[in-house]
Amino acid sequence: MALIMDYLVQGGQMLLMLLLAPLLTGWVRVLKAQLLRRRGPSLLQPYRDLLKLLRKEVVLADSASWLFRVAPYIIFAAIWVAASLIPTFAGGLLFNWTADLIAIVALLGAARFFLALAGLDVGTSFGGIGSSREMMIASLAEPAMLMVVFTLSLLAGSTGLTTVAHFMQVADVGLRVSLALALLALLMVAIAENARIPVDNPATHLELTMVHEAMVLEYSGRHLALIELAASLKLLLYISLISCIFAPWGMASVGEEGMVYLVGIAAYIGKLAVGGFLLALFETSIAKMRVFRVDQFLGAALMLGLLGALLLFVSRSL
Amino acid sequence: MPLPVLLMLSMALLAISIYAVAVARQPGGSRRVYGAALAISTLALILTLTHLLTAPEPVTLTLPLGLPWLGAHFRLDALSAFFLIVVNLGGGVASLFALGYGQHERAPERVLPFFPAFLAGMSLVVLADDAFTFLFAWEFMSLTSWALVMAHHQEPANARAGYLYLVMACFGTLALLLAFGVMAGPNGGYDFATIRAGDMSPGVATAALFLALLGAGSKAGLVPLHVWLPLAHPAAPSHVSALMSGVMTKVAIYGFIRIVFDLVSQPIPWWGGGLVLALGGITAALGVLYALMQHDLKRLLAYHTVENIGIIFIGLGLAIAFQANLMYASAAMALTAALFHVLNHSLFKSLLFLGTGAVLTATGERDMERLGGLIHPMPWTALAFLIGAAAISALPPLNGFVSEWLTFQAILLTPELPQWLLKFLAPAVGALLALSAALAAACFVKAFGITFLGRPRSPAAAQAQETDRYSLAAMFTLAALCLLAGILPGLVVDGLGPVVGLLNGEARLVAQHNQPWLTLAPIVDAKSSYNGLLVLTFMALSGTAAAFLIHRLASNALRRGPAWDCGFPDASPATQYTAGSFAQPIRRVFGSIVFQAREQVTMPPPGNGSPAKLEVKMRDPVWDYAYMPITTAVVAASTRANDLQYLTIRRYLSLVFGALVALLLGMALWR
Repeated sequence: MALIMDYLVQGGQMLLMLLLAPLLTGWVRVLKAQLLRRRGPSLLQPYRDLLKLLRKEVVLADSASWLFRVAPYIIFAAIWVAASLIPTFAGGLLFNWTADLIAIVALLGAARFFLALAGLDVGTSFGGIGSSREMMIASLAEPAMLMVVFTLSLLAGSTGLTTVAHFMQVADVGLRVSLALALLALLMVAIAENARIPVDNPATHLELTMVHEAMVLEYSGRHLALIELAASLKLLLYISLISCIFAPWGMASVGEEGMVYLVGIAAYIGKLAVGGFLLALFETSIAKMRVFRVDQFLGAALMLGLLGALLLFVSRSL
Repeated sequence: MPLPVLLMLSMALLAISIYAVAVARQPGGSRRVYGAALAISTLALILTLTHLLTAPEPVTLTLPLGLPWLGAHFRLDALSAFFLIVVNLGGGVASLFALGYGQHERAPERVLPFFPAFLAGMSLVVLADDAFTFLFAWEFMSLTSWALVMAHHQEPANARAGYLYLVMACFGTLALLLAFGVMAGPNGGYDFATIRAGDMSPGVATAALFLALLGAGSKAGLVPLHVWLPLAHPAAPSHVSALMSGVMTKVAIYGFIRIVFDLVSQPIPWWGGGLVLALGGITAALGVLYALMQHDLKRLLAYHTVENIGIIFIGLGLAIAFQANLMYASAAMALTAALFHVLNHSLFKSLLFLGTGAVLTATGERDMERLGGLIHPMPWTALAFLIGAAAISALPPLNGFVSEWLTFQAILLTPELPQWLLKFLAPAVGALLALSAALAAACFVKAFGITFLGRPRSPAAAQAQETDRYSLAAMFTLAALCLLAGILPGLVVDGLGPVVGLLNGEARLVAQHNQPWLTLAPIVDAKSSYNGLLVLTFMALSGTAAAFLIHRLASNALRRGPAWDCGFPDASPATQYTAGSFAQPIRRVFGSIVFQAREQVTMPPPGNGSPAKLEVKMRDPVWDYAYMPITTAVVAASTRANDLQYLTIRRYLSLVFGALVALLLGMALWR
């Protein structure tokens, strides 16, 4: 019985993330529009977009190969699996030990690998520019992220995310310099990884500064829907990750059931709303930077992450 | 009884070499030679695998060969069994590949005789149990591989690569000779059992570490001794490149491990571990940056070997540091990570070189700027190469990720080390490792994307055809092994147990085979775990479920049309991104510091229709700061010494007399 319950919670969490992801994207869009004094689209617009795209036929470029058609499924699967490994409303899920934080970072890396390959597949200049820049950004963002993982796992004594979240929830962590540095680095990485302003602009088209949109330019129909859904899931993943590590309040722990889950879900949705609001606020208050300023931005994130880890090597109490 | 059989098999390989001289020019001769090499390697692989998995008790054998007072000692223990597996697996697969690939060889008489001998040489290095046999086999391995590098000696670049290789190989062997010399001491017990049992001063242990680093490091490609590697490995035929990069560098690692972890009876000081660790980190980061700047596919792969050697040395350095502080449990983790990466790298680097060989056969090109779109005519080669590229980029659920994961876990154990220098060094090396992993992904997006994706950039690439069945079988064997080692890492870790135990005072990782769901959980109380099998299952399930639902419920209509490209599609394949332009952002971010890369754009004046020019200048810091000063000094010294050639007999005699007096004086003062 308990096992069935565990399966249900795990499956419920996976579905919840899939359902919430477009909503979060819509929420951020609405907020950004409101902050710019526009009326903005409906909150449900991303769902409508996805459904419309799913029903449309795919227009495939003549030079596209089988990889181009398989990549959206791989990208979607990798990001969905990574997202479902993150404790959202309840810790200690059934399959949380399947992959730790390093593996989650690597799964996101796998999704990016195939997305960049898909960008090169048709053989257009825009696809190439997107892939090339995406890999440049990733070459700094991924080590910065791993440095954050280092900091967290040195504190919690494990790279397992459930253990880290449990540690942050239960133990008397207090205010630490290393954690502050890690949080800052993680935020910078999250902005870069999700192609948000100031690193990339999710709303642009036909602009030489675009990165993510340039890679997916040739996609259409159901393939584009999957890629858009994967991008939404990735945003949800990062906000969930940040909230489960740095704001684990209200999350149901191992062994708790019933009402606690409802509280957990409510708290989770509240955290997502706050996270989306902060993201929209940040995005409207800053200008996009040149592509070759991004390396300084992410280099700073890498150094902050490294500094956080180093402080813990000096003393466990920092 | 495996040891005599293994030696017989090596002798059989040598016999095939002689046979190959006779049949090299005959039609079907290469089939026979490679077929025999494949059979022998498979047999040896099965033997060593059963030995490692069943009874890893050391077996020794002494033959009355070699030096009369020493004899030739051979020994098969867990360490040599593991490396024999690597050698024979690589050798077998390369032979299988060559069954098809060897047909296209222009000068078979320059390749066939040396190929089996090269395999035998590598096996004998691993089996040797005294310094003489070891060095003899080592030199034999170097010379046969040199002959294979020089197979296409008419190309001036190959001749230069061969020369450089020979110089560096001599240097490496000299360092190893001295290493054995200091370890054997004045009594000269040159068999390994005597060295192992002997008394060593800490100074000797340190000297042995340094000399092993120089000797084995130069063969493995440790920065700054790597300069020959990216020239020599690509010069050989592709299946030999696969062996040199995938296997011979591992034999060099074996030499390092044998000397430092087994023969040296004194504990190595902790700063020795720090040195190896720092060198490993620098090698990993520099190697991948070099690789990113290349557009010759084989040279890119060769530079990538340098990176992976760095990752292996990071693990070994951590192990030395942990052992110096008697933290054997942590050392077991670091050693397992390093050995796992040895196996992994031999798998995927061989696979990638074989894939390059297939591309080379199909198009005659290894310059990526003239390839492209090969996924259409060569879908199977492309799939195999993609698996290799994903594995080397450390993507789950493939094998490269597991060994890097283990290396990260080992680095996370370093806060327990008491030395401050190591405490600061370890996270910095961790950052370098993370950086090199991310850059490796970029590098292989470039390698695969420019070569196989897009549109063909030359007529040769447009007319390519899928490679033969033997080559595909070889590549898919390796690809399957990459996947297997990635989803069942616990079994590999258990297989490595006896090896780690041998090197680490019987301390090894906890047995993994009884973990639930075949999870990899190396440290019991840390709860860090990874399960490749479940990750693969989940990904496959969610991917196929999504595909099924979408095709069933939504739409599966598909129409082909011209590319969109924001409304400006250009029919010319020259408008695609090239290898150079793909790497440009990374060259600008990292290369401007490391390689002092400078870009200069020359625009024609307005009204002039001539094309604009982009020039990129890069400098190799290792050549500029390590090798150029040495070359300059050697040239200067020899110019000076040249004067001595034209003296009169009287002056020569007085020089001899002066030298004698100086020596006697020195003796008298020293006494």
